[in-house]
Amino acid sequence: MEVLLNKDGGTLVASISGRINTATAPQFEKELIPALDGVEELILDMTDLLYISSAGLRVILTAQKVMARQGNMVLRNLKPEVYEVFEMTGFVDFLTIE
Amino acid sequence: MDLTIEAKVENIEPLTDFVNSQLEAMGCSLRAQSQIDIALDELFSNICHYAYGGKTGHATVSVEELPEENAVQITIKDYGIPFDPLAHDDPDVSLGIHERSIGGLGIFLVKKTMNDLRYEYRDGCNVITVVKTL
Repeated sequence: MEVLLNKDGGTLVASISGRINTATAPQFEKELIPALDGVEELILDMTDLLYISSAGLRVILTAQKVMARQGNMVLRNLKPEVYEVFEMTGFVDFLTIE
Repeated sequence: MDLTIEAKVENIEPLTDFVNSQLEAMGCSLRAQSQIDIALDELFSNICHYAYGGKTGHATVSVEELPEENAVQITIKDYGIPFDPLAHDDPDVSLGIHERSIGGLGIFLVKKTMNDLRYEYRDGCNVITVVKTL
């Protein structure tokens, strides 16, 4: 799993690649959540994300709660397998997926 | 084929590689493969966190093709405390963001995506069997 952060003013693009599982989710959290300071628009680019398990959903939930207080969060370019996880768990109801 | 490894979360990576290489040889679809990878992560992490009560222990994973059903059967065995991960109610997936917790979502995902999911305690082992169409 790798997270590439690209910050431009109040906009942060986080490009996530590989697997978010029980082993990599703590690293995902450690890299993403502290970077949200001062961010108004968070874009999670999931083009190269192979899959996300429930350990990763917890981090997405934390990020969504932080961004709900200070701006917007958008998930982009999800593979169908990744979208399906958000759909089955009902996360699509409170996430913005483009 | 079997793989026995120490039940610690870092080992989900070699475990996933081990299972994926066999799925690829069976001609498994990418969609089924990613669902199986998620199921492995949820089931193996449960074992890492709960089976040995903080002590170290092992898990054995075996992968078997079921040609007549065009499916794969994966068995995950541990030698720890008897624990049935399926004996919980499904989480409420209609709750809003502020009421949400992650507890139970992993096993829920496994139930939704696998064709069959069984637990038994047999010969001093927790045995979880999943079947998934390739």
